[in-house]
Amino acid sequence: MSSGSSRLSISAVVISSLLFVSLSILSSMAEATTKPDEAAVQIVYVERPEAEEPEAFHIRTLAAVLGSEEAAKDAVIYHYKHASSGFSAKLTQSQVEQLSKPNIFGKSHKGLIFVGLGSRVFFRLYLVGPTASMDPGQALLESWGCELTSQERNSDLPNCLKGFYGRSLSSDLMFCVKNSETANRLLEDLVLEKWFSTDSGAKMDFKLRRPLEASSNASSSMMSEISRNLKPGLPFIQCDSTNICYGARQEQSFSEFPPPQVIQSRGLYAREQKTETKSQLEPSSAVNDLVMDWNPRLMLSNLSFLEQKIHQVQDIVRSIISQEGRANELAAQQQLVTADLTYIIIQLISTAGTLLPNIKNALLSATPPVGQPGVMANLPVNASQKQHEVLPMELAKASEYDELIKDLNSGGEGDELIKCLNNSVAEVSESIPIEDHDIKDYDDGLDGENLPPGSYEVLQLEKEEILAPHTHFCLICGKGFKRDANLRMHMRGHGDEYKTPAALAKPSKEASSEPAIIRRYSCPFVGCKRNKEHKKFQPLKTILCVKNHYKRSHCDKSYTCSRCKTKKFSVIADLKTHEKHCGRDKWICSCGTTFSRKDKLFGHVALFQGHAPAIHMDDAKVSGTSDHAQVGETTNGMVANMGYNFSGNASDDAQSLDIKDVDDGQGYFSPMNFDACNFGGLDEFPRSAYDVSESPFSFLSTGTCSFIPRNSEN
Amino acid sequence: MVKSRDLCRGIDRSDGFATLTLDLFSGSPNPNPCSYSRSAKRVRVSCASPAAAAAGENRSNLFDSLSEEVLFLILDRLESDPLDKKSFSLVCRSFYAAESRHRRALTPLRSGLLPAALARYPSVSRLDLSLCPSVTDAALASVGGALRSSLRSINLSRSRGFSYAGIESIAVNCAALVEINLSNATDLSDAAAAAIGRARNLEKLWLARCKMVTDMGIGCIAVGCQKLRLLCLKWCLGISDLGVGLVAVKCKRLRSLDLSFVPITEKCLPAVLQLPHLEDLALVGCLSIDDEGLMSVKQESKSLQVLDMSNCQHVNHTGFSSMLSKTPGLCQISLAYYCKVTHSLASSLQKLCNLQSIKLDGCEVTTSGLKTMANSCRSLGELSLSKCSGVTDEGLSFIVTKHKGLGKLDVTCCRNITDLSLASITSSCTSLANLSMESCILVSREGFRLIGQRCHLLEELDLTDNDLDDEGLRAISGCHNLCVLKIGICLKISDEGLIHVAKGCPNLQELDLYRSVGITDIGVMAIARGCPLLQIINLSYCTEVTDHSLRSLSKCSNLNTLEIRGCQVSSSGLAIIAVGCRKLTKLDIKKCYYVDDAGMLLLARFSQNLRQINLSYCSVTDVGLLALASVSCLQNMTILHSGGLTSNGLAAILVACGGLTKVKLHSSFKPLIPKPILEHVEARGCVFQWRDKPFQVELEPSEVWKQQSQEMHV
Repeated sequence: MSSGSSRLSISAVVISSLLFVSLSILSSMAEATTKPDEAAVQIVYVERPEAEEPEAFHIRTLAAVLGSEEAAKDAVIYHYKHASSGFSAKLTQSQVEQLSKPNIFGKSHKGLIFVGLGSRVFFRLYLVGPTASMDPGQALLESWGCELTSQERNSDLPNCLKGFYGRSLSSDLMFCVKNSETANRLLEDLVLEKWFSTDSGAKMDFKLRRPLEASSNASSSMMSEISRNLKPGLPFIQCDSTNICYGARQEQSFSEFPPPQVIQSRGLYAREQKTETKSQLEPSSAVNDLVMDWNPRLMLSNLSFLEQKIHQVQDIVRSIISQEGRANELAAQQQLVTADLTYIIIQLISTAGTLLPNIKNALLSATPPVGQPGVMANLPVNASQKQHEVLPMELAKASEYDELIKDLNSGGEGDELIKCLNNSVAEVSESIPIEDHDIKDYDDGLDGENLPPGSYEVLQLEKEEILAPHTHFCLICGKGFKRDANLRMHMRGHGDEYKTPAALAKPSKEASSEPAIIRRYSCPFVGCKRNKEHKKFQPLKTILCVKNHYKRSHCDKSYTCSRCKTKKFSVIADLKTHEKHCGRDKWICSCGTTFSRKDKLFGHVALFQGHAPAIHMDDAKVSGTSDHAQVGETTNGMVANMGYNFSGNASDDAQSLDIKDVDDGQGYFSPMNFDACNFGGLDEFPRSAYDVSESPFSFLSTGTCSFIPRNSEN
Repeated sequence: MVKSRDLCRGIDRSDGFATLTLDLFSGSPNPNPCSYSRSAKRVRVSCASPAAAAAGENRSNLFDSLSEEVLFLILDRLESDPLDKKSFSLVCRSFYAAESRHRRALTPLRSGLLPAALARYPSVSRLDLSLCPSVTDAALASVGGALRSSLRSINLSRSRGFSYAGIESIAVNCAALVEINLSNATDLSDAAAAAIGRARNLEKLWLARCKMVTDMGIGCIAVGCQKLRLLCLKWCLGISDLGVGLVAVKCKRLRSLDLSFVPITEKCLPAVLQLPHLEDLALVGCLSIDDEGLMSVKQESKSLQVLDMSNCQHVNHTGFSSMLSKTPGLCQISLAYYCKVTHSLASSLQKLCNLQSIKLDGCEVTTSGLKTMANSCRSLGELSLSKCSGVTDEGLSFIVTKHKGLGKLDVTCCRNITDLSLASITSSCTSLANLSMESCILVSREGFRLIGQRCHLLEELDLTDNDLDDEGLRAISGCHNLCVLKIGICLKISDEGLIHVAKGCPNLQELDLYRSVGITDIGVMAIARGCPLLQIINLSYCTEVTDHSLRSLSKCSNLNTLEIRGCQVSSSGLAIIAVGCRKLTKLDIKKCYYVDDAGMLLLARFSQNLRQINLSYCSVTDVGLLALASVSCLQNMTILHSGGLTSNGLAAILVACGGLTKVKLHSSFKPLIPKPILEHVEARGCVFQWRDKPFQVELEPSEVWKQQSQEMHV
């Protein structure tokens, strides 16, 4: 592994001008081996500047830390101006720390939900207590209080909240503001400490959290792209694909999150766990199908991180024991412990998952891969401090859980946890073989649609696999490829043995000798019609279908048409198709809606009473008054058209936001917890921004946990 | 004074009178002022009024004493002949006024007459502008202004020169507009269609050959005119499935839909067939519809009664069968050309219990198919097998014996049928009214005898190109109700047979003697005497016919079409016709070498209704031609190889005849006539056809001609 020896590690810090959002797990893991004073290449993400050149902005940003613009210019290695906004520079840890300090880029609002995507700012507001039954808009307005005029208060939506999206499934509030000015104001108004204090006397309790997965989601693709551009084959890639997934992964559990009722929620809790663990496993298995992807260093950092985390949990539990009296805090602490434990479990399982295929391979091939003994050797060293059970994976899990649960005696949630953990463990062994199929099934999709259920095999790829930019990786340098054939072409450069016709030939389909099994695919998004759990499940034909479906239906539309600036797409091919005819030959309805395809227009006209196709009047000769009337009409139409477009966009966003909302739903481990533990896991890393001991109390983990207090109220 | 109510009743009860005498001046008191009888040809109405008795000083008031109600009733009975109304309106001022208020239909010859006509006739509801080659937007606007509330129907089917603005002014202003015929408006675009869409009450719309109208236009019509009952989109090449589908979705009241030659596929058929009231559907020449498409359509139409799927090249018997199985209520089907009448197709007719009429022109027919068809159908009233190959005595006899109610039978060019068929036809189909058997050359005298003997109800008989002789003609004269008799190219017939016809068929209105060379003046004279209702006669190439024939034909005052190509007539004969037959509208005197300017002068003087004339090979010069310019109705003119004609004269008449719509000239004139004149005439709406036929000096004998034409057949 050439990249490993280069001693260059890249950490990513995502910065926006408003808020600091960090993918700290990434950086921490990558940083695990670097010393604080040593300069390392860092990728810094900043919000795309609107008014000035990106390069100048980057330099200005960096100069604030490095002292002068010259120093900044020297430090910068590359400016990312297209796929994302940011720069890479050689920075020391302290500089990174400084860079991410709030006094440079604004306040650091602990746990505020915020993600800067383009010019929009997404917020999520969790409503707890009496406001849960209120109209979300009303609740928001009341919470905002004096900032709104009475007129604004009366209208459905104040202007500044154009993109207000209503109540989400978990009775939270999701909204989006379109300009950063409003966002700033919101931050100033809402993110005062009083909103976060868990004062039981307060009328409303708003908890603001940052939807980490959204940011990591968005940035993961960017990052991987960037990293490939910059240094192909850095360990960072693996790091990226295994870890970012955590954020992106969890949404299934939340999409069907029940209203706060004790019995139901308990029942579902176990189920959630299942899906989660399964999905959690997915990325690692995918990655590990390629033997070389297994990284002992990564494993080590994972484990040490886990260890830290467990320490924290122990502390909390101890504190619970010591201060039994206060019921108020107890609930919060319980939630915290639950969340932390869940996270630990997931982390453990995924770590184990990275190993499993390797072990299998080792057993099969009799000669174990070179890296593996190293892992085995490394593991005990690291784990010996406290958790000597870690080595045999399955055992480790079980005993660890037991121990934790013992500590948790007073929590009252133990039974459920045990159940769900057992379930999740059981799932692990089941889910792996299923996933093994997925990678190979590229040629598929021959048959018609009306297959009777059961006549085909349903496979479900996981989100990371679907979103992974590459599915084929070079075994030698780790470079990723979209196509098998490209990989083979690439392999020729690694030596003569890859130039033989046999090596270059398409992998022969051994399946052809066997009776072909019809395979269909399921979307990993629970609740989607393409998900196998759905009542009217409609399978997807090919992996390509899965990819496109998932991107279109459950991902952000990140590609914007350069011509109309309004249409957004999540699949780049769609964008290209659109750009081919964007602005040309518009099909317009009398209501002003434009369509890019005639049949869509006619479907629209057929559906709505009184709508008619609008005729272009360019060819019509101007004569007489009637013409003017017509021209007037068309211009009116155009105006209406604009208006409609606008609202159409808004609804589009609503959709995407809904999805995001669901994404958000994973609340087992709050980003805060995540961060805190992360930083905590690295002793040499100075923790100035966050205070671990405080965060669990001020930030109740959301989602799963949020229904618990309500239950207790009932 | 006679009460007008009595008068009204008197007029009302007399169903059809030829002459109405208003006796306003006889002073004798009459106890029964209205003498009438139901079948009276003449009605005498006496007005023994005191005013009349007082007489003298103000005679003109006598007419005024007749109430408008009476005059309207009289006018109601004058519909048959336009000239009668003219005479009526010339009686006096009150009659004139009554006639202007009474008139509902207006057919102006030129749009220049429109302002005056609109001023005179304020309550016109049907405006037929099909004779006006050029109608401007301004003219249409004036129509829209003048007939604001009364106009119900407008016909622009042969007009040009207007744009969407004109149509819009009519559609917007005339709220009562129910019918628009815009056929042949090939330059009208979607804007015009959008204008039509503003006529909300439209029920009938013809858009045949509006090739520029696209789906967008038809979409506007579909949305705007939801009361449409009839829509003709024949040859609208810009319209596709989408437009038709939208029409079917929006215009639920459609009863008749003509989609002939429209490039539609089967995709729009489900929607069309689901129209709840659709009765008449024409899909002639829809080349994109094929068997598979038709089979894939699942919808049924219970209401459909008439289906025309002629000329659908890609539909075979399977497609037709599946289509027929979806339309159980069919009364009439036309599957002419490209249809193979097989057993399966014929048996699919079995489900159509209301089927009355089948047209299978030009199809491939088998005896077994015919037999199955005979068994499948309940009772056919109309059967057309013209140009069908494979029609045999056996098949035909079988089908006619099964369907005794047959009223119309077409076996044109079924060359294999003999007297046997005719025996069964005549014996079983006693109610036969219409028999076409052109070119059934095997039928002999016996067959004709049977026709004359048994088919007494026969009204139309086509025996063109049969082996008919005088004896046969004598037998046929037994069909006393005969109105139309076509016995062209029957070389064996002579005056003797024709005299029998003249004696036996007093109701004869149309007689075709084309190239029946045995006919002379005697026969024609007999016909003219025996058949006073004669309207159309074709004596072309009956070379023995001379001026005497014309003299006798001049007694037939109803004659409107006279074709005497190649006859030995002169100007004097033509003059007699012109004086006698005032209703003459079509005149063909090609190769009447002796007709010269004198004939033209008299023709122009008397035949003011002449619309169409063919003057090829005549000895007409500029003088005679210029005289024709005074015939204001003249629209259609063919002049090839007229020796005395100069280009200047031709140019003069082209300019002088304002109403010309179509002129056929020899191409040698094209460069000789000044271009501005041609352009001017074309701008008025005239179409030029330049022909380059060689000059034929001699007429070939009919036998030779027939030989040649039969050789061409083979």
